[in-house]
Amino acid sequence: MLSNGVIIAFTFGYLALLFAIAFFSEKSARKGRSYASNPYVYALSLAVYCTAWTYYGSVGRAATNGLEFLTIYLGPSLVAPLWWLVMRKIIRISKVQRISSIADFISSRYGKNITLGGVVTVFCLLGILPYTSIQIKAIASTFDILQYAEAAQPLVQVPFYQDTAFFLSLGLALFTVLFGARDAEATAQHEGMVMAVAFESVFKLVAFLVVGVFVTYFVFEGFTDIFLQAELRGLDHLFLLQGENNASEWFWMSALSMMAIFFLPRQFQLTVVENTDEKHLDKAMWLFPMYLLLINIFVLPIALGGLVHFQGSTVDADTFVLALPIAYGQDWLALLVYLGGFSAATSMIIVSTIALSNMVSNNLVIPVLLVNNTFKNKFQHELGSIVIWIRRASIFLIIMMAYVYYKQVSAHFSLVSIGLISFVAIAQFSPSILGGIFWKKGSKLGALTGIVAGFFIWFYTLVIPTIVTAGWLPSTLMSIGLFGIVALRPYNLLGMQDMSYVTHGLFFSLSLNLFLYVLISMLTDQTSKEHNQAIVFVDIFKYSTILDRSIIWKGKAYLPDLKALLNNFLGEQKTAEVMEAYTLQMGKTLETNGYADPELVNYSERILSGIIGAASARIMVESVVKEEEISMEEVLGILKETQELKTLNLQLKHKSKELKKASEKLRKMNETLRLNDVLKDEFISTVTHEMKTPITSIRAFSEILLDEDLPEVERKRFLDIIIQETSRMSRLIEQVLDLERFDSGRQELNLEKTDLRIVILQATESMLQVFKEKGLTFDMYLDFEGLELTIDEDRIKQVILNLLSNASKFAKSKVKFHGIIQSNEVIIQIKDDGRGVPEEEVPYIFEKFFQAKNQTSKKPVGSGLGLAISKKIIEYHGGKIGISREDGLTCFTFSLPLQEKINKRIPYPKDNE
Amino acid sequence: MSKILIVDDEPNILLSLEFLFKKEGFKVFIARDGEEALGIIEESGPELVILDIMMPKVDGYEVCKHLKKKNRETKVIFLTAKSKQQDIQKGLEAGADLYLTKPFSTKDLVAKVKALMN
Repeated sequence: MLSNGVIIAFTFGYLALLFAIAFFSEKSARKGRSYASNPYVYALSLAVYCTAWTYYGSVGRAATNGLEFLTIYLGPSLVAPLWWLVMRKIIRISKVQRISSIADFISSRYGKNITLGGVVTVFCLLGILPYTSIQIKAIASTFDILQYAEAAQPLVQVPFYQDTAFFLSLGLALFTVLFGARDAEATAQHEGMVMAVAFESVFKLVAFLVVGVFVTYFVFEGFTDIFLQAELRGLDHLFLLQGENNASEWFWMSALSMMAIFFLPRQFQLTVVENTDEKHLDKAMWLFPMYLLLINIFVLPIALGGLVHFQGSTVDADTFVLALPIAYGQDWLALLVYLGGFSAATSMIIVSTIALSNMVSNNLVIPVLLVNNTFKNKFQHELGSIVIWIRRASIFLIIMMAYVYYKQVSAHFSLVSIGLISFVAIAQFSPSILGGIFWKKGSKLGALTGIVAGFFIWFYTLVIPTIVTAGWLPSTLMSIGLFGIVALRPYNLLGMQDMSYVTHGLFFSLSLNLFLYVLISMLTDQTSKEHNQAIVFVDIFKYSTILDRSIIWKGKAYLPDLKALLNNFLGEQKTAEVMEAYTLQMGKTLETNGYADPELVNYSERILSGIIGAASARIMVESVVKEEEISMEEVLGILKETQELKTLNLQLKHKSKELKKASEKLRKMNETLRLNDVLKDEFISTVTHEMKTPITSIRAFSEILLDEDLPEVERKRFLDIIIQETSRMSRLIEQVLDLERFDSGRQELNLEKTDLRIVILQATESMLQVFKEKGLTFDMYLDFEGLELTIDEDRIKQVILNLLSNASKFAKSKVKFHGIIQSNEVIIQIKDDGRGVPEEEVPYIFEKFFQAKNQTSKKPVGSGLGLAISKKIIEYHGGKIGISREDGLTCFTFSLPLQEKINKRIPYPKDNE
Repeated sequence: MSKILIVDDEPNILLSLEFLFKKEGFKVFIARDGEEALGIIEESGPELVILDIMMPKVDGYEVCKHLKKKNRETKVIFLTAKSKQQDIQKGLEAGADLYLTKPFSTKDLVAKVKALMN
């Protein structure tokens, strides 16, 4: 056996370690290096869920009820994916509204109602205090077991100044005050506390795993051995799932723990208030269930191992975790287990106390003090520090109350039941919270009635029986019911038989609660303030960015008054800081002596909410603001306006994007136009240049003819040249006009049914002489006859002539003409064995004056407009024209559709599109 | 007899110029592109060259630059349809003695050629 001194030394040593961790992480956080703000610490801190009750009690429950203990973990794990839906919303709402506790949350949602916040606080105290006290009880009794190998009953009689538990409670209170109530702001994060809790989560997990491995592999020979031995002793019912009766039990217990993980004050504190980044939820969603899985692996083996080992003796199953190592003489292991349980208990006490003290100060004490004008006026400049001291006092008071409760009351009850009874109490908040964030109609009166009724049933079905058991009330209450009415037996309301008492209490309290909440909410009207909060809560993701503008407020406040109010709670420096933050955020400047606008009033109220809770903040702000009553229509109107503003904003954003796109388009169009302009200039300059050539010849020869007396032969020759050049010019002019008509879409085709073969023959006929003169062979192949197409005969002839004449200019020895029908079009190919078109020029040859582009080095063969016009003509006929190189021949190909899809006109912009 | 080279790719313009200057008593050489022109300059050493600018193979500017590099004495007259200020600038920079635009007056051209030759 370890001596008393060793155990006390380790216990307080562990406590000192916690102080050190908290101290140093706060110190480094102040230097800007935050260890707590990461998803792993966040997820670990959530494991505050596993208290001493679960640390020891799971084994106890498993030893009596088998696998059912799992429901306590199954609920939170099953519900983890729902966190995204529910927790994220609660976190967002709480951050935006600066909500610091579950009581604040409910009071905020239902019109910042003081009564509601107070009621929730009182019920939280009623539900959580016993729970806290059993943590103290767990510490004390395990302390004794470690010392005497058995819980010493006379312990209760020891005066408090000789009681280790008392001094441990004092130590915890000190820790909580130091690391949990540093700032006036209840919404402030407690870096050191979170780190300490995360450390404790690791510690208790390791301790439990170590003892689990010890029992499974050192006391027994692995899982199989334990289960086999348990089966031999007829304990197999504990690890086999049983019938339907069990199913409903499983359902209700899982549901209960689901609600607990959301709404237990300590869970709310760590999940919501201490959350530094919504994204941490993503990881916590799977890390936390994994933690629960790990800590549960050895529960059943330890339970079964204990049952096997202690068969026939009176050792309490709740203490198996500790009793087994002691029974095997492993004192140091037992000490580790004890410290693991200690860590589970302390983290629960610390966090719960912080959460409760916030509620007590912000929802009970401060509202009462603030309605008292004498108090308010007397202490108006110390309000900030008064808030801190109220909170510190509450922490001490709560822990001491828990200690007293432990000394006086909890000794009479079993450890196991109190945790679950506490869960049922907390579950009473779920209708008004879940309803509050998803259902706008949920009203204050509905919430209040539901919660009060739920608590009444809770008290009657779960607390009264424990009092009866303690012998303070007659046991006839249980057997024949209140006033002798059988239907009112606390464990068998309305004669209900088949449920365990916890499930029974949960079922009745929650059903009545939910029923009344919904019914009364449907029957009552909300006030405008209530409705405003309802809308902001339910649609938080719509409002969170523009919240100050979406809270309805009508009235004005004198700015110095408002500042003085903030000064009282925040101090001058902090007030200046938040005002600066406001002006930065809103882009406004504040007039020193003017009136504050509604946005600023709302902002100030939210700042105050973070310190003294929503309801108290409302009272304080009301005291400096002349508020006008506001009608429901106005509320809806303004909210709608906010929505519209947001939509408008979105539309504006959209519009500006569109505008940007349009201007980009315009810029491109302008570019195209400019390019077109350049092309036009180029075109004109090319046309004039092309005209100058014949004019030059005409003028030169005319002058020669005029000046000289020439022989008849020469005179005739020169006149011939003049005529030639004149017609060259008119041809050029004709082509330019042609092209312009095609380009602008004013050209019309003179379409008629025509025999294509005849057109081709006529066109080639006129070229035959040219080929002959140039010594070129010409061969022609047409695979159609009597093919009638609707075409402009002259234009098609023009194209053929143009291509043939080009071919004749470039060909060395031969020109070929092929006409075939392919699927639904006629394909005409004109080939020559000339040098061809360089590949890089292929894309341009159908552009007008292409030859002119490289004029310094190219001799124009013809006007340079022929191909451009040909292309237009073919396109007008719905065909295509192109150039390729085939078997060493340059090949111009054009097609004409067999079906009539020829446009008489092609609209002008066609080319530019 | 003074030797003159006329370079142009338009046969009719060549014909008219050849006729004009033969009549004026010059020994006239003709070339249809820049390459041919350079060959004739090399072979026959004309005292004056009338140059078109836009021609196949080697353009007028190149011919002029080349010519002036070899023999600054040879006179060059650009006779071209290109009449933009920047073209004229470019022509003079290439070393031409005169820049005339088409269409031209035959009398004027003959007079300027004669003036340059003396």
